[in-house]
Amino acid sequence: MIDPIHQFNVEKIFTIGHIGNQEIAFTNSSAYMLVAVALISLLMIGGSAGRQMVPGRIQSLAELSYEFVANTIRSTAGVEGLKFFPLVFSLFMFIMVSNMVGIIPYTFTISSHIIVTAALAFLVFFTVVIYGFYKNGLGFFKIFVPSGVPVFILPLVVFIEVFSFFLRPISHSVRLFANMLAGHIALKVFASFIPLLAGLGIAGYFGAVLPLGMVIALTALELLVAFLQAYVFAILTCIYLNDALHAGH
Amino acid sequence: MAEGHGNAPGTTAHTEADAAAHGRAFPPFQKDTFASQLVSLLIAFVALYLIVSKIALPRVGSVLDERAKRIEDDFAAAQRLKGESDDALKAYETELAQARARAQAIGAETRERLNAASEAERKTLEEKLAVKLADAEKTIAATRETAMSNVRGIAADAAAAIVQRLSGIVPDGKALETAVDSSLKGSQA
Repeated sequence: MIDPIHQFNVEKIFTIGHIGNQEIAFTNSSAYMLVAVALISLLMIGGSAGRQMVPGRIQSLAELSYEFVANTIRSTAGVEGLKFFPLVFSLFMFIMVSNMVGIIPYTFTISSHIIVTAALAFLVFFTVVIYGFYKNGLGFFKIFVPSGVPVFILPLVVFIEVFSFFLRPISHSVRLFANMLAGHIALKVFASFIPLLAGLGIAGYFGAVLPLGMVIALTALELLVAFLQAYVFAILTCIYLNDALHAGH
Repeated sequence: MAEGHGNAPGTTAHTEADAAAHGRAFPPFQKDTFASQLVSLLIAFVALYLIVSKIALPRVGSVLDERAKRIEDDFAAAQRLKGESDDALKAYETELAQARARAQAIGAETRERLNAASEAERKTLEEKLAVKLADAEKTIAATRETAMSNVRGIAADAAAAIVQRLSGIVPDGKALETAVDSSLKGSQA
């Protein structure tokens, strides 16, 4: 029986060391993280190595990524948001490249683990909080007090704003994690129907075409989701950073 | 990045895949893998951040800036050249207009000069002709006078001869001349 959960197993390759009692291992997840870093470096550094006036394919891709993220930041957080360009770019590219790699059969998808997406979401959350207080001082609290709200419902609105602020890292991380997890389980389940049906004989061969088509369609959808979730993660990062940059708006 | 949750002693051995297949939590919620993943993520993401911020983005950014600057420069150069050609065209046109005006002026001047010269020439010629005409008229008048006086002499002689022939009398000179004069006057009138 094919196990759709098996693909999410984190498997130790070798031990790096211990923190207290906890073993720190180099796992398949670690390997795919390094693959993502290597691919991004290769794309961005190798792509710009030619420094051509008329870019080739790889250079176009590198420039496209650069301008796409830069424009996303400019449109959501303003020009001041470009301070966080390396952070947003790293997040977007890391998530997108690892998602794309994860679609290849037999690979591991880093962002299908809540701990990874949560770590990235908390990185954004703490960046926003720390930079928000650094830049605005106590004025950062203004983000919880929308202007133009009648005084008698203000306490309620402030309560909702504070609550949603602290929910941000959860929604931010669970959205990516759940999308990737669900997509990969669906892919695996439909893929496992193919050999099951094919095992039934001649009729099964024809029946197996249906889940095969489904897997192809789902793979296309997953390609979209892989990009879209990275984009959503990046744009939410920009929106949250916008709060820190313009607390008094 | 130290993981805060308590790990039961012995869970570290659980990263073996076979043991995980049965009776273990769903892989994303296996807490014993969290520390490893967080440490890997920390290393990978810090490395990525440093590569991206120190090398990759400045390089791609400089390529883009270079291109934007090049395009801007080329555009400015094209603008400048266009301005220059416009100026040259304007200069050419003014030059042409000036040359045309000058040519017209020269033409007009020449025409005037030639007119004046021909006028003067005509005047002197006319004067000369007038003088000549007057001379000729004078000559004609003189010639006529002499001719007329000759005619008178001849007429008087002829009249004397006719009278002598007819009457055999030699006429009186004075009376003959008077008669001839009055006859000439009558024929002239």
